[in-house]
Amino acid sequence: MNPYKRAPLVIIATILTYIFLYAPIVGLVLYSFNASKANVVFEGFIPAYSDTTVMEGSLVKSSPCGPFHWYCELAKNGDVTEAAGNTMTIAITATIIATVIGTMSAIALQRYDFKIKPFSQLSLYIPIVIPEIVMGIGALTLFSQFFGWANDFFNLSGSARLSLGMLTVTVSHIAFMVPFVTLVVQARLQGFDKSYEEAAMDLGANEWITFRRVTFPMILPGVLSGALLAFTLSLDDFVITFFTNGPGSTTLPIYVYGLLRRIITPQVNALSTVWILVVFSAVLLLQILQNRESKQH
Amino acid sequence: MLKRLRESKSMQGTFLALPTTLWLFVLLIIPLILTLIISFGKRSPDGNVIYTFSFDNYIRLFGYSTNCANGQASCFDPLYVQILWRSLTLAFNTTVLVITMAYPLAYFIARAHPKKRNTYLFMVLIPLWTNFVIRVYAWMMLLRKEGAINIVLGTVARWLGIDFVPLELLYTPGAVLVGMVYEFLPFMILPIYTSLEKIDNSLYEAAADLGANSIKTLLRVTLPLSMPGVVAGTILVFIPVMGTFIVSDLLGGRQVILIGNLIQRQFLDARDAPFGSAASLILMVMTLIVTYFYTRKFGFGEEIIVA
Repeated sequence: MNPYKRAPLVIIATILTYIFLYAPIVGLVLYSFNASKANVVFEGFIPAYSDTTVMEGSLVKSSPCGPFHWYCELAKNGDVTEAAGNTMTIAITATIIATVIGTMSAIALQRYDFKIKPFSQLSLYIPIVIPEIVMGIGALTLFSQFFGWANDFFNLSGSARLSLGMLTVTVSHIAFMVPFVTLVVQARLQGFDKSYEEAAMDLGANEWITFRRVTFPMILPGVLSGALLAFTLSLDDFVITFFTNGPGSTTLPIYVYGLLRRIITPQVNALSTVWILVVFSAVLLLQILQNRESKQH
Repeated sequence: MLKRLRESKSMQGTFLALPTTLWLFVLLIIPLILTLIISFGKRSPDGNVIYTFSFDNYIRLFGYSTNCANGQASCFDPLYVQILWRSLTLAFNTTVLVITMAYPLAYFIARAHPKKRNTYLFMVLIPLWTNFVIRVYAWMMLLRKEGAINIVLGTVARWLGIDFVPLELLYTPGAVLVGMVYEFLPFMILPIYTSLEKIDNSLYEAAADLGANSIKTLLRVTLPLSMPGVVAGTILVFIPVMGTFIVSDLLGGRQVILIGNLIQRQFLDARDAPFGSAASLILMVMTLIVTYFYTRKFGFGEEIIVA
């Protein structure tokens, strides 16, 4: 009996579901090459290269970048580069902090006993069981109430006044990222016996050396995958950012959302395509690294 | 102090867990308490919060209205109850549809040759890691009057010689349902796959040896053993669908208003934070109740973390 046999119905359903998953993406990429600026109907590819962009009505006849016209426009768009910069700054800062404190708490919860342990453990599940919008408006309420009070109390004026911005977005991102890091690292720690660390201690290593030479190498894969998960959560986040951002802290998802409510040119599709390519290469790279690691062991 | 820290295991634990616990306390728990306090308050004419203790916002949410047509002092206005009900049914329908679509695919991957499984999973992850907003946009393009779905339908109609008027697909409840299914499908595939993959092949062989046909094997072996995955997936799908407002905003237009849209508008357009806070707490309580009864019935699997 072939263990990998699947019913034809299963195979057909699988193919249909994969088509469902990919058809929208294929359409998105195709329209990023649309010659029509209105982007309502696909009017074919931009046919020619030229020194300056030649338009005929809303049709692009030729462009310095040829079919890649909208990608060049994208690179020239200051709002996009600024939003991309903000997105990366927030994601990198939040990931570093969330990974460090998340790993610390995972070790504490898995290896130590202390008074507030049940509370610490329970609070990790809040972001999983509570809708994001509830957390988003909660953070907004916290910041606006606190800032309102602080601005009045210290009589702050002008640019000294506290307001929503990069800091509030980053701080809120960390709050929903940390539990994922902790849970992933905790799961990894669960797989390892405490006796490794106890052996190191018996052999005379102090806590710090035990951590650096025994615990940390063991949990490193967990820490890395937790960090990666946190990073992608931050890049992808819309709801929390939507409620906690202010002037000068627009991220890419917020920027795209703003565009979708106004005017849609093929530039949005070009931006989406670049995004998909970046994510695709990142996931592929990770996959290759993981395969290599599993082959070594 | 330092000496005590070095000696007391309990203090070391507290010290290590403190940053995370404090962070979550300040940014998740205090905001919930604030939301609760404000939900009992009132909106001032300039859009600020007046702190009072009244249940007016909750009463209004469940249909009590003082804004009546025929001069009555109060009447029942079903607007908000309808929004709550619409959000619940949409979340339910989305979850059911997602399970029926995810299950065969997860089964296909779990029963594939081990060397190919990662590639198939990878193919599920790519759309998931494409940004949420971008995925909604992709469906806006497909569902438009001039979009691919109408183009395909039009071509088929022309072959068959039927007159075809492009369908209005965008800005309908159906569009919102499709968008929700698309957004959250991968969150169901991954946990179901995780629990299906754990099923030992010998169990299938045993079922076959004992004379079970494929349907009986599915009902008596595969489905029961994969329930933890289905439960975890349901939680990962149901809760976000209840609270999402972008999908209904962009694909439903003014047609489909969900509780997420209501909350968002109270905070950003109407500037009625007390009413928005009350709606937000009702949303939280609704999801917690559903999750509680659901997990009590079926258990809370570890699959939720794996995903």
